[in-house]
Amino acid sequence: MIDFIARHRVASVLAFLLVFPLVMPYEALAINILIFGLFAVGFNLLFGYTGLLSFGHAAFLGIGSYLTGIAIVHFALPWWLAIAIGVAAAGLAGLGIGFLAIRTRGIYFAMVTLALGQIVYYAFYKAERWTGGENGLRGVSVPVLDLFGLKLDFLDPITKYYVILAFVAAALWFVSRVLDSPFGAVIESIRENEKRAAACGYDVARAKLLVFVLSAAICGLAGTLRALHLSIVPIDSLHYLLSGQAVMMCLLGGMGTFFGPFVGAAVFLYLEDVVTTLTRHWMAVVGGVFIAFVLFFPKGIWGTLIDRLARARVAPRASPLRGAKRKSS
Amino acid sequence: MTAAILEVEHLTQRFGRFTALDDVSCAFLPNKLTAIIGPNGAGKSTFFNLVSGAYAPSAGRIRFRGRDITGHAQHEFARIGIAKSFQITNVFKQLSAHENVRVAAQMLVSRYQLLKPRGSYKALTEKADQLLARVGLAASRDKLASDLAHGQQRALEVAMALAAEPALLLMDEPTAGMSPAETGVMMQLITELAKQRTVILVEHKMKLVMGICERLLVLHHGEFLAEGTPEQIRANDEVRRVYLGQG
Repeated sequence: MIDFIARHRVASVLAFLLVFPLVMPYEALAINILIFGLFAVGFNLLFGYTGLLSFGHAAFLGIGSYLTGIAIVHFALPWWLAIAIGVAAAGLAGLGIGFLAIRTRGIYFAMVTLALGQIVYYAFYKAERWTGGENGLRGVSVPVLDLFGLKLDFLDPITKYYVILAFVAAALWFVSRVLDSPFGAVIESIRENEKRAAACGYDVARAKLLVFVLSAAICGLAGTLRALHLSIVPIDSLHYLLSGQAVMMCLLGGMGTFFGPFVGAAVFLYLEDVVTTLTRHWMAVVGGVFIAFVLFFPKGIWGTLIDRLARARVAPRASPLRGAKRKSS
Repeated sequence: MTAAILEVEHLTQRFGRFTALDDVSCAFLPNKLTAIIGPNGAGKSTFFNLVSGAYAPSAGRIRFRGRDITGHAQHEFARIGIAKSFQITNVFKQLSAHENVRVAAQMLVSRYQLLKPRGSYKALTEKADQLLARVGLAASRDKLASDLAHGQQRALEVAMALAAEPALLLMDEPTAGMSPAETGVMMQLITELAKQRTVILVEHKMKLVMGICERLLVLHHGEFLAEGTPEQIRANDEVRRVYLGQG
């Protein structure tokens, strides 16, 4: 089972996501989980696979959202072009922020990305004419998606879910390919030992910058989808709280695993949804769950699960399970 | 006379007020095995770090095949054919032994390919297997590097350095922390490797390299104290004084 999932990781997650709206209380939550799942997967490319902890990834989610929103609200561009603009803008922002941030390491890297993320926040906050400032950018409405003559009713939540799923699926496939590629091997080697990777002949700075841009573009795509989903871009799309949530989702689900961040996003948002109906202090509950996981299951929900399953399988030989795994699920 | 593969001229390295290496010049001929020896703190590791590109010297030049490479980035040293094995084992711990070597070999073939599966590069997979076999790690192919014994990690280091097909192999105390049996195997391997490429060995234990080197350089207080064949070095009074002096 675990072998099958590992080998067909994108197909498995798709099969699950196809029936996912049926088990969720309502579609909007399912869509939210798709979007933030993608956000967390994009973040994990940098955090879990390259070992760089960014605290400014809300900038890319927000830039994707805003640029898509601006393209639709101010320029009345078609939805697909607006998405392309949002993703490209996030990638470009990743190039700029990454270029500055990769000169630093560890806590300094986290602080530089946080600071640059906040600069982006205030720039969009102040550009009220374009972004609506504090009130957010309203009127990002795309009631009907025209796909080569095929008209999709984007107001119907189920249709909306599957349209967004199509984009998320394509992005997951892309991330999966990247992780399995020679470049994926390079970023893993950088995470393991930067000095050695350089001694092997890899240009560490350049590889870090490339993965930073990829990560920013994936998070930007999550942002563009969110703008279309909400029909509004709230200013807190750029807030550092969202950057923190990406870290939490990754740790909760299991950093450095392919599905982990998605699972983390799902659990986080589901908890938020359920607990808010009981108490206003949902953050305290989610925080408690988070601390419990960090203390007792440092590999996260998904990381612990695949660990247990793999251990159960190799138990007769009593060998440490980490040995044989190649492709992390 | 053949042209030197590596030349260093007036190489100097200062750390603040401390001069670790002071105006050192020498040349290394292709396909020879040379050892740089000296007591602790003589500047051996500094010399190794400079010629392997870990950092740029305070002064002086480094020439590889006649080309000035002083101040080039670490990865450029590796790409033109200078590989190193580290004194402190420096492998990719959470990757398998095979993947460690495969990644090292991949540098020559693909660095930024994003969409092809790495498994489709069959030649790299095979090359990594051959190198593992050569250093005696074939049986540990799928073990995580962190699960290997110390001596095995040292061997893995060497396999990774060889994967880049270097013309010049720099080794910093390759037998550090090895058992006598492992040391013997490693010395045998180094002798074989030196038949096809230039090897520069930085070593603390003089006895170890006497048997296998054609030429020795003795560093002391950041300067070359002596140079010559093992017989000449053994007969050198100053070298004996330095080595005996520190016990």
